[in-house]
Amino acid sequence: MRRAGTLVIGALVGLLALWLLWVLRDVLVPTPRLAELALQELPNTGVSNPVTGVLLAYRAYDTLLELAVLLAALLGIWSLGAASPGFQPAGTVLRGMVKLVVPLLILTGGYLLWVGGHAPGGAFQAGALLGAAGVVLRLAGDARAGLPPVPVQRRLAVAGAATFVLVGLATMAFGTGFLSYPPAWAKWLILTIETAATLAIGVTLAAAYVGGQPVPRSGEDGPL
Amino acid sequence: MMTSLLYGGAGVILFALGLWAFLVYEPLLRKLIALNIMGSGVFHLLIAIAERGALAPDPVPHAMVLTGIVVAVSATALALAMGRRLEDDDDAR
Repeated sequence: MRRAGTLVIGALVGLLALWLLWVLRDVLVPTPRLAELALQELPNTGVSNPVTGVLLAYRAYDTLLELAVLLAALLGIWSLGAASPGFQPAGTVLRGMVKLVVPLLILTGGYLLWVGGHAPGGAFQAGALLGAAGVVLRLAGDARAGLPPVPVQRRLAVAGAATFVLVGLATMAFGTGFLSYPPAWAKWLILTIETAATLAIGVTLAAAYVGGQPVPRSGEDGPL
Repeated sequence: MMTSLLYGGAGVILFALGLWAFLVYEPLLRKLIALNIMGSGVFHLLIAIAERGALAPDPVPHAMVLTGIVVAVSATALALAMGRRLEDDDDAR
């Protein structure tokens, strides 16, 4: 019976896949799309990388909500109880590698953040690299994945969404509307948001990998 | 066209494989991996759709994939934390 059910599901999913492939074939012809409009308006956004332009200018609202989703996920993880203690301390070889790789990851993250204005890169890639640095540190035995003390962690995790909202409110106060940057300021506003977002994404991913409420070291503020 | 079709088709197949595994297998971890494979299929598809013919690639789907990856990772982390907590509860009982 179970086997028969599996086969039926397989057949149905197979049919779905065939139908999707059929649709895909028709979709892949040049049709009107948003790209032309996006590329045409790009000079007004203050960045020359179209993907960053979409993320932080045209669809900034979307990106703000995505940062909120990240924050919500982290809050969920933190509310599920304490993290398991770290792994055992790394041996000599792994420790040597970590010492080499982590600064390199942070440096590359900074580079990607800056280069995102005019070439592939940006807050999400840079944040992912910072998160990876945290994962490497945790695997090498640091119970807190190299993250700062708990109160600082909380502030950094909120920093991305908070900076985004503050910039949005500031542009509102100047009369251009929520998150519509004045062209002269656009580049620096985007860079500010991206820097905060990078830190927030990096901290969120590393803290998510720790997998629970961070254990405060002695002399620190208690749990949340 | 052919490249896009191959890439997008691979996305569709990944999506179908993930969906099948998601429906058929019971353990939470397998479902989670299946869900992630479905997600990868969707990302594949979006990237393939971004490049149509000789036009410049469309940045809009690229941006969606970029944020989608990070959101998918954090959602997976939340699901894993919940799964571990469930297991702890089962052990305690």
